[in-house]
Amino acid sequence: MVDAHAESASARTLVLDVPGWGGHRAGQHVDLRLTADDGYTAVRAYSIGAPWDPDAPTRVEVTVQRVQGGEVSPYLVDEFAVGQRIEVRGPVGGWFVWAPGAAGGAPVLLLAGGSGVVPLVSMVRERRRRADRTPFRLVYSVRMPGDALFLDELTGPRRRDDGVDTHVVWTRGVPPDDPSGRPPGRLDLRGLARHGWPADLRPLVFVCGPTGFVEAVSRMLLVLGHDASAIRAERFGPST
Amino acid sequence: MPPEEPVAATDLTPGFRGRPRPAGIALPPGQYEEHGFPVLTAGTTPHVPTERWRLTVRNEDLEEWSWSWTDLMALPQDEPTVDLHCVTRWSKFGTRWRGVSLDVLLADVRSSAQYALVACHGGYTTNLPVADLLGGRAWVAHTYDGRPLHAEHGGPARLLVPHLYLWKSAKWVKEIHLVRDEQRGFWERYGYHDYGDPWREQRYQGD
Repeated sequence: MVDAHAESASARTLVLDVPGWGGHRAGQHVDLRLTADDGYTAVRAYSIGAPWDPDAPTRVEVTVQRVQGGEVSPYLVDEFAVGQRIEVRGPVGGWFVWAPGAAGGAPVLLLAGGSGVVPLVSMVRERRRRADRTPFRLVYSVRMPGDALFLDELTGPRRRDDGVDTHVVWTRGVPPDDPSGRPPGRLDLRGLARHGWPADLRPLVFVCGPTGFVEAVSRMLLVLGHDASAIRAERFGPST
Repeated sequence: MPPEEPVAATDLTPGFRGRPRPAGIALPPGQYEEHGFPVLTAGTTPHVPTERWRLTVRNEDLEEWSWSWTDLMALPQDEPTVDLHCVTRWSKFGTRWRGVSLDVLLADVRSSAQYALVACHGGYTTNLPVADLLGGRAWVAHTYDGRPLHAEHGGPARLLVPHLYLWKSAKWVKEIHLVRDEQRGFWERYGYHDYGDPWREQRYQGD
């Protein structure tokens, strides 16, 4: 690990330099393998948050959300130090990916729940890096201001005016300066209809988040007339 | 369990201890024990009413055998208790199912094909050898832990092939095509292993 920084109170981006890395696509993830001194190993998958950069071809950035009681994430967020080594395998996944021109240049709808925003922000950044003009909308469901990742980049004053339309849904607590005046609550059908693309535009849809979020959002997308074959989903966390 | 070879100091992750190692169970390499039941699906969850449910087996000569939900329920039922191993690293021990053995379903099917391509509602497919569907090792399962299988987990019925990684246990199973030449399924075309033995850690093509 060559660098690291906090993304929120409970999430940290690890910048890894991986010798021999051959590049990756926006939306892919890596397997990280940790080995304890008795030989016990644990491997976890983490989404890559930044697109591949030909100027730094061996650089891989992953963002790790601390899971309370987790075996690996508290170590990676709180203890793993710059200069230490970790085993990386990847890139993994060829389905949940986007590149300019995907699906014939269809508009893209990104639906993120919590730290599910990481692979989606990689797609936003890839679009920006390639100066691509594909219409993007991102709906980001997150509990409260302290939990939000990449918020400044996506919605803040320093946001690049690059045509990515981002809407944040606060499920538990709204920031004091929120202009919408909307009370906290889950993303609902009306919000999705308003802030997503109409199904008529046949967007390519990427949904990433906890299982409950992905299931609820997928059902709403089908109700709104989106084609199941245009919806790509990635879930994490246990079923409840 | 001690490692088979000494761990090179350069491979260690300093300060990482991990959870207490589970006792009394055998974890395949690279897996951890999970007590929940995670859900992993590439797309949306299909909801298939049992009145419309059918299972079709098609052989290499394109002959078909087909069962309605009522037909399935009238067949002899098994109640396997099995361990599940998902390629995303979790293993779940002692899961209790009810379903119909593929030995029963394939008993009258004329075929000498060696490979199966399983197709599902929602478009998912996966491939495995026919031999792995036989010998009391595979079921079309409709009941989990005493209750009808939830749609999130593949209900009303899914394939259950617990000796292979769980992506082979196709949810919302609809058709089983018996084919002479192996045809890759959904994840296999994206680089996952054609066979997927968790004990040999066959996660990706080339493992």
